[in-house]
Parts: sequence; structure tokens; C-alpha cells
Amino acid sequence: MDIELSVTPDKYLPHRYAGASGDFNPIHIDPQFAQEVGLPSNILHGLYSMAQVARACTTAAGGDPRSLRRLSVQFRGMGFPEHEMTVTGSKRESRNGHTLVDVVAEQGGKQIIRNAEAELDLRGLA
Amino acid sequence: MSVKTDARGKVYPPVEYEVGKEKIAEYARAVGEDNPVYFDREQARAAGFRDIPAPPMFAVVYAMGSVGPGLFDPDVGIDFAMMVHGGQEFAWGEPVCSGDTISTATTVKDIFEKDGKGFYVFESVSTNQLGQEVVRGTWTNIVRGV
Repeated sequence: MDIELSVTPDKYLPHRYAGASGDFNPIHIDPQFAQEVGLPSNILHGLYSMAQVARACTTAAGGDPRSLRRLSVQFRGMGFPEHEMTVTGSKRESRNGHTLVDVVAEQGGKQIIRNAEAELDLRGLA
Repeated sequence: MSVKTDARGKVYPPVEYEVGKEKIAEYARAVGEDNPVYFDREQARAAGFRDIPAPPMFAVVYAMGSVGPGLFDPDVGIDFAMMVHGGQEFAWGEPVCSGDTISTATTVKDIFEKDGKGFYVFESVSTNQLGQEVVRGTWTNIVRGV
């Protein structure tokens, strides 16, 4: 199975994700604050990017949220709004009826999530 | 300088979160989930859920209230200015649905130093009102220049 998803979070996505998740750290929603602490601009929440990896996995598995049994990621680099993010992955092996996939998320050729490993249960799903 | 590790094994009291349909919808929209099971109760039930299910990563919403106090605990002593969220793992059990009450308890799983960085690893275990485990989270925060 191949995993592939592209998304371009808009300028105000970090604000909506802050409201949805409760994480209002200003480095995510205030470009001026972000620059004052040495960042190029406000950055995406890492857990938003992880949610894109999760969505890419369940979508590839047919859409059922129950298919995703485990997801482990490492956050590297920074993600930015208004830049396309691509999530790609492929099957590594099957183990005990579950499918293990390796996944990365990138923006502009730079990995923002690396070494992601997802365990999917594809049994009983259409 | 070295990392203070006394807080290893520290357990924080469980925190409860009541899951609501509109909060699931708000979260699902923010992360781009458009599967109708996240918005429509009839479709959710037709798919075999007790009620509208939460997307898997909604775990951050109900678990954060339990993990937060550990991050800010002076006994743990994380230097926030130098901290990055280094890694995250979730292992899911029973689906979480609208109407559930989720209780999450967090422990300091490990604190260690490697390559001049401090690693602070928290484990959260979330269970529903029936005592079923819904997710186990491993939260790794890395502090530079310890």
C-alpha cells in the first residue's frame, strides 16, 4: 500500500488548530512573536503535522479511524503555513495481521516529520 | 551541568475530559478530516460506532489536560525556552466517541541526558467510562543545552 497526501495549510490554519487543540503557544499564531524568538515566522503545531500523517494513513487504509492502531513520529525542522506539505509512505512488512508502514512529511524537500512508523489493521475493513 | 532526574516515576492524578460532538467536529475540520462519520451520528452508527467517533489524533485534546501539569512541574524542571517536542507515539485501543468520559493519568516515564540534551519522556494512559483503555501516549520533549 502507498500513502500519499498533500495539504497546504492556509495562513489562519494555526489559529484554528490552536482553538481545536487548546495549544495557543504564540510561536504558532503570532508571526511577530515568532520572529522575536528567532524563528522565520510562526510555525505549524507539530501535532497538526502528525495529524496529517495519521489522516494519510487512515485514508490509505480506506478511511476507517479504527484501522490506525499505533503511530510513532519524530519531529524535525519546522513546518510553515501557506506551504504545501506532502506525506508519503509505503509498507515495510506485515506482522501479526497488522501492516507496518514507514512515513515522512515534508515541506519544500525538507522533512518536518521523519521516521514515522504506523501500524495499521486492515482486517475486516472494506 | 546535568539533568535532574529525581522526578522519574512521578505520577500525576487522573484528569477527566467529556467528549462532545461539536468539539470533535471542530477538531476534525481543523485537521482536514472530512469522513462523514466524524460529523453525522447516523453515519457513525451505520459504521458500527456507539456514537460519533473522534479522529485518532483527537487524543491530544483529551490527554493534554493530564500531560500539561507534568510539563510545567518544577520537580521535572523543563527549561521551556530551550524545549522542543521531539517525538510522539500513540497506541490506540477502544474508539473514543461523543458522550464518553475519558480519564487520563500521566507518569514521568524517563528523564535522561544524551549528547548534551535532556530527554523528558511522559506516558499518558487514557481510559473510558467503562474502564477500557482508549490510548496510550508517549510524549518525548528534548531540552537543549542542559
